[in-house]
Amino acid sequence: MKRFFGTINIRELMRPLGQMLAFSVGSALALSAIVLLLALLMDKSAAGQSVVARFNVSLFTYVLVNLPQVLIDGLTIGFVYAAIALGYTMVYGVLEFINFAHSEIFAVGAFVGVEILIALDEAGILGTASLGMAYLWLIFAILAGMIAAGSLAMAVERIAYRPLRGAARLVPLISAIGVSFFLQDLIRLVESLTTGQFNRIFPTFGNFDERLVFGQMDMGGTAITLGISIKSLIVILSAMIMLVILNYLVNATKIGKAIRAVAQDRPTASLMGVDVNRIIALTFLIGGSLGGAAGVLYAAKFTRIDPFVGFFPGIKAFTAAVMGGIGNLTGALLGGIVLGMLETFAGSYLSAFTMGAAGAEYKDIFAFGILILVLIFRPQGLMGENVAQKA
Amino acid sequence: MARFSLTNLLKTVQQGKWPYILTLAHVLLGTILVFLSPRSNIAFLLLVSSFGTLYALKTDNRFKLVLGAFMALVIIPVIGVRNIFYLEVIFQISVFVALALGLNIVVGFAGLLNLGYVAFYAVGAYLWAFFGSQQYYVLPFAPGTQPPNLPFLLPGDAFYLFMFLAIIVAALTGILLGSPVLRLRGDYLAIVTLGFGEVIRQLANNLDKPLNFTNGPQGITPIQRPTLPQSVVDSFNAVFQPIVGRQVETSTLYNVMFYLLALFVIIIIIVVTLRLEDSKIGRAWTAIREDETAAVAMGVPLVSLKLGAFAAGASFAGVMGALMAASRTFVSPESFSFMQSIGVLSMVILGGLGSIPGVILGAATVTILNLQILQGFSLYLSQLRQSDAIIPIINFAWRDLSTQLDPAKYQRLLFGIILVTMMIFRPSGIIPAQRRRREQASDKPDENQAGTEARGKG
Repeated sequence: MKRFFGTINIRELMRPLGQMLAFSVGSALALSAIVLLLALLMDKSAAGQSVVARFNVSLFTYVLVNLPQVLIDGLTIGFVYAAIALGYTMVYGVLEFINFAHSEIFAVGAFVGVEILIALDEAGILGTASLGMAYLWLIFAILAGMIAAGSLAMAVERIAYRPLRGAARLVPLISAIGVSFFLQDLIRLVESLTTGQFNRIFPTFGNFDERLVFGQMDMGGTAITLGISIKSLIVILSAMIMLVILNYLVNATKIGKAIRAVAQDRPTASLMGVDVNRIIALTFLIGGSLGGAAGVLYAAKFTRIDPFVGFFPGIKAFTAAVMGGIGNLTGALLGGIVLGMLETFAGSYLSAFTMGAAGAEYKDIFAFGILILVLIFRPQGLMGENVAQKA
Repeated sequence: MARFSLTNLLKTVQQGKWPYILTLAHVLLGTILVFLSPRSNIAFLLLVSSFGTLYALKTDNRFKLVLGAFMALVIIPVIGVRNIFYLEVIFQISVFVALALGLNIVVGFAGLLNLGYVAFYAVGAYLWAFFGSQQYYVLPFAPGTQPPNLPFLLPGDAFYLFMFLAIIVAALTGILLGSPVLRLRGDYLAIVTLGFGEVIRQLANNLDKPLNFTNGPQGITPIQRPTLPQSVVDSFNAVFQPIVGRQVETSTLYNVMFYLLALFVIIIIIVVTLRLEDSKIGRAWTAIREDETAAVAMGVPLVSLKLGAFAAGASFAGVMGALMAASRTFVSPESFSFMQSIGVLSMVILGGLGSIPGVILGAATVTILNLQILQGFSLYLSQLRQSDAIIPIINFAWRDLSTQLDPAKYQRLLFGIILVTMMIFRPSGIIPAQRRRREQASDKPDENQAGTEARGKG
């Protein structure tokens, strides 16, 4: 025991925690500063007047009062994106290929977790469970989602990608799109045959729906409570734990070294005695199980899931991976957090700043706009190497 | 033994007068069967598949052209007027053939994976939908609150002008989108086009405020059609009434007109594609597809040629969009989902990247699968559900089968299976492109050569 703990590299454990803190605080501060500055500048404009008319407070106060909630929401969704983005980025790092089916792996994880919880709920186990047991069941559901999604990802790799290794670039990508479509309808088919419906609701249990309240703020006569829901806290904490473990696995273990070797140079790694096929399968397993866990967390946070639930989080996580620099683990973390924040800021404030002309419905467009901007100005991403055409 | 006689048979079929006789027999049989039983799916499939026979059997090119034109221009419209559903299927096939041929230029020739192809189709559709309806006067009103009896902005005949405008606008959109991302590696382009497709759909969904451009999720209707003179209807009736068996109304003949327009666009796309294929541009596209670095080294202007392919594909989608808007007199964001883009892509992949007959076959197959075979299967299952039949061995009563199991709703499953199996087992498609066939044919001597070279070096 002592020897095992003795070999743990404390620095590799602390480094990702430091990075997460830095990225979260940094992006939160930067975005808040920008929004507050904008609000101050536009306070007297027509947009400011319309906010006064609607909420009876100045634009600046409106922005400031909503800020803590927006930051927490942004951070929550940001960590979910980061966990999914790591799946994209790990596979890309090893195979230079966009695993388009990753969004459905995420959805499968969500469905497995939610179905287990629903079954437990219907058996009456969740309703009578103590708080500790409730948390244990949640962890159990997350683990089940991870196992299901991880093994599915491995199976998909074995069936649909491995035979195509060495083919032209577009061939495995098209196959991945096919897998993605196939899985979407497969989930729908299985769900509708077994349960008769395909929208599933995350059951209510434990104290996950409560909020930890820090205080109250007054906005034009209406009181606004400041707090964080326990669900958000769970999502952030579990994502953080997984990211720390992943970072440790990749950067401080022998398996991680093999993964990095395969990513850097496959033939040479194979010559050095690394079983490349096994490492690639393992990469899919790790990426897939992260995606599966993210799926269950997503379901816990947003409650309702359907077979197409993976599409938008998947695309946005890919955007996050590209934004951070695809193939780069730290980059995916940064990209996820920044994109989650940006999107939540856009969703919450766009309506106030544009006098209601463009509201939260534009937040998906906003994410794609960011992707295009990143690709124009910094295609290698914030932390990545050069990916531009070798021409 | 059986195999031997089969190959013999195949040889005989391609010799002497046999191809002519068989082709004519197939066409005649299909026509007569459809004429006798206008509701039979099998008869219809037989008629449609005679295009395949016409293509596959070795006959004189002039014979192929004349018979093909006669079938497309006379037999199909007349048969179609007898049963409107066939005309609808045929029109859908021709729309998707045109879209697939357009996408084929982008994916098949230049090797650029465009996952948001339907966005350009939407651009064309909404262009004519906005200018060809009352939408300009609806601008200040929220959806559903506009006063009745608003005037139309433009006369219906402006449609022909807008077919050209749709080409230009869609091509410009393609250039605008393509210029930043075409410098990057292909898979980035795929994701950005996917994103763009979603952006266009969301814009169509949400641009009903502050000014009502698209009428939101309800879509724009009515959209005008170009006028169809009464004299055309009368002369059609004068010639074909004995065959059709009744007077044909203008509304039915409109369907024929849009089918012919789609056919016209298809012919233009085929001519353009054929002319491009072996031109300097076409060869440069192939070079880019096969190896970009080598292409640049040979002096191929990479970005401008990629932009060209992207814009060409986009423009064909644009014109089909305008056509679709006019023929349906209705557009809504629903019709431009990501699934449509993937549907068109699976048509191209199934038929064969870069192969014109292949893409046509792919588009026809997938559309018929979608519209007739899956629907027919759904209908069959629902009939089984109402019957007392039981699956013998496992003793399962059809009545207990979930009503959710409706094959017509599982198109994604179909597209997914097509894409994955084609990529694994036959990446060059059902009818591979000529260039690929030449490559495959020369594969064996190449290997031998490589072998001797290796031995020589050793």
